[in-house]
Amino acid sequence: MDILPILSTLRRHKLTAWLLILEIALTCAIVCNAVFLIGQRLQRMDMPSGIAEHELVQIQMAYIGNRPDANARAQTDLAALRQIPGVQQVALSISLPFSMGGPNSDVMLAPQQQLRTVSASNYFGQNLVPTLGLKLVAGRNFRPEEYIDLDTATAALQSGDPKGLPQTVIITKLMADRLWPGQSALGKTIYIGKSIPFRVIGVLARLTRSGGLYEGADNSMMMPISINLTSGGSYLIRCAPQDRAKVLKAAVATLKKIDPRRVVLQRRNYDDLRRAYFASDRAMAGILVGVCIALLIVTALGIVGLASFWVAQRRRTIGVRRALGATRTDILHYFQTENFLLATIGIVIGMALAFGINLFLMQHYELPRLPAIYFPVGAIALWLIGQLAVLGPALRAAAVPPVVATRSV
Amino acid sequence: MFSYYLELALQSLRRNKALTALMVLAIALGIGASMTTLTVLHVLSGDPLPGKSAQLYYPQIDPRDLSGYSPGKSEPEGQVGWIDGMNLLHAKRGDHQALMTSGKVAVQPTQSSLDPFYESARYTTTDFFPIFGVPFLYGDGWSATDDDNSARVVVISSQLNDKLFGSKDSTGQMLQLGDTLFRIIGVLGDWHPTPFFYDLDSTDYGENEGVYMPLTTSQDVGYDHEGNVDCWGNGGGGKRISRTDSCAWLQFWVQLDSPNQVAAYKSFLVHYSQEQKALGRFQRPPNVQLRNVMQWLDYNMVVPDDVRLQTWLALGFLLVCLVNTVGLMLAKFLRRANELGVRRALGASKRALFAQLLVESGVVGLAGGLGGLLLAMLGLWLVRRQPASYAALAHLDPAMLLMTFLLAVGASLLAGLLPAWRACQVTPALQLKSN
Repeated sequence: MDILPILSTLRRHKLTAWLLILEIALTCAIVCNAVFLIGQRLQRMDMPSGIAEHELVQIQMAYIGNRPDANARAQTDLAALRQIPGVQQVALSISLPFSMGGPNSDVMLAPQQQLRTVSASNYFGQNLVPTLGLKLVAGRNFRPEEYIDLDTATAALQSGDPKGLPQTVIITKLMADRLWPGQSALGKTIYIGKSIPFRVIGVLARLTRSGGLYEGADNSMMMPISINLTSGGSYLIRCAPQDRAKVLKAAVATLKKIDPRRVVLQRRNYDDLRRAYFASDRAMAGILVGVCIALLIVTALGIVGLASFWVAQRRRTIGVRRALGATRTDILHYFQTENFLLATIGIVIGMALAFGINLFLMQHYELPRLPAIYFPVGAIALWLIGQLAVLGPALRAAAVPPVVATRSV
Repeated sequence: MFSYYLELALQSLRRNKALTALMVLAIALGIGASMTTLTVLHVLSGDPLPGKSAQLYYPQIDPRDLSGYSPGKSEPEGQVGWIDGMNLLHAKRGDHQALMTSGKVAVQPTQSSLDPFYESARYTTTDFFPIFGVPFLYGDGWSATDDDNSARVVVISSQLNDKLFGSKDSTGQMLQLGDTLFRIIGVLGDWHPTPFFYDLDSTDYGENEGVYMPLTTSQDVGYDHEGNVDCWGNGGGGKRISRTDSCAWLQFWVQLDSPNQVAAYKSFLVHYSQEQKALGRFQRPPNVQLRNVMQWLDYNMVVPDDVRLQTWLALGFLLVCLVNTVGLMLAKFLRRANELGVRRALGASKRALFAQLLVESGVVGLAGGLGGLLLAMLGLWLVRRQPASYAALAHLDPAMLLMTFLLAVGASLLAGLLPAWRACQVTPALQLKSN
């Protein structure tokens, strides 16, 4: 196909041609970045937690009024929960992956160190490793005699007496690799607070933080500290996925029976907790998909509209060309090539623009660089849309009979 | 003349219904998306206390130890601890000052058959109500003496009053919170500061509390603290923070009416930090900040990044829709070169043609604006169904309504400008001859 005649025709419709190019370029730039953002969100929503997500239910309760014997009551509750049919493991936990709140600590590698080495989420509570379904890749779980209750630990912390504090810690594999690259973490010591030492006795395959994911999503550690409901702990129950609803109901009834003077603050299965955490990401991804589709439709319709005009405007010219021997295919190809040319220019400009928008987003929203794969994929998508949109008007142009040339308008 | 142009415009638009619909739809989509996101942005970046926010300041000091300190780069601590909070409060260097934190209390309804439930609470000092201009439906706040005596008095929100007392005047009644009885001394009027500026650590756009009580009382009875606690050294944190813990968990606000007072207060903070350092309580060199409400919101970046991103996205979308409309209008006007040529030849001036074409694009814009308004309402309804904390706030106010129309008509006139100008350039003789 000879493109010179097309260029000379376009030169006579410069303004319209440029507008079409601009529209394609803008669409290309926005869609490339939007698709990239969608990918980022989906990736985030896929983040593993390291726990047995589909087998967990959570019940958070609070007492009405003071409960000085809360520790003993926690033991009673845990024992009662274990008796419920279908229950496999029971724990008390201060936080969960993606539960937003929860304690975090600065971790140092040496006493008196001024700046932290990493920031890590702090997990504690009774019987966490088996209940959460965590996998130890090295070392061991805490022994029952290592547990210290939270009130004792807090008092020891305030008085500066190291005896009342736990001595051991379990950390994640990724955190261990970050702290001691290429070495075994077992037996090493980390320091928290005013140089309080903790010896690493176990390494977990994975346990995602409760919040603050941007500071290293897998920096988590676990301490042998036992808690009760008054310190904000929740009961965690592990059971088969199909038993969750039944077990949750039975557990709440059991707990209410033991002590009716408390209020259920939260009762849910872990899937709901996870869904709530990523709800805004899901909503944003949905909005971005919607905008992409709307943009592509508007652009496609714009191409259809302009092409239709051009075809109507050039009916006589087309007739003359047909009369001079051009086939229907020639006419069809003419309009397709014209659209291909305009789309190509638009895509080239659009890619530059996409790159610019990405730079802006990188500066303001902490996004990574747009991967190069988006450029060819985006180009092919827009070429396809352009060709699809122009097909209808081009076919109509091809259907113009040669006899039009002999008629005066 | 205008009505004639309008008639011509409607005629021309009717001639090509599909194209007109396409142009109207493109503008409506662009306007709808832009107005939805702009309205959300407008609501979220609003002033929570119009007329007062410029005089309210949030003093920050830095009582932490040297761990994690990098000179010149560290921001001061975001909240204050008990000792510093009380020191600043009792120094009374501002016109009003209030110290506060959030918590939750168990409400045990005795008057009705309701089950006990937990309600969010604010533990604060007497000036909380005047400093934020909180309206009262019944009764009033508590006095400084009540603060000093840890009086068992509460103020409740109108929602809680509705729930417990069926919106009757409940002042003087007793309310059991946990194991302790309180006398209700006030019921708040309708008050929903948005954003929730005075304690951004608990929520950015949530509902305010149901129960307000003296801070000293809350510590005396031993109610739970809820919200962010930042500890350093051997500070433990938890639900009940002791007064001497090296933790920051309270918010302190001060009212300063003149620039002189602001400058004086800032030097007071520096002076206070130096004094505490000399006493050995502080270890870092004086590091203070004094931001007013809007500066504080800005510094904490309360408007979610996603909302800003959505606004950019919608404006980009509007731009594409406009370019689309310009292209289509240009094609449409140029197609009518014949008709325009005839009108020119019959004596219409360029200016008259231009006006005629602009009226046509204005009609498209108006229709697009109406469509956009409907779409924006639909969009805001969708936003309200989102799981975000600000969802319930997404409503169109009159200012944004007006802006929708101005944006729609302005955008389409702008879109019509170039095509109309280009179409007016027809040479009448050439157009007539070619036929």
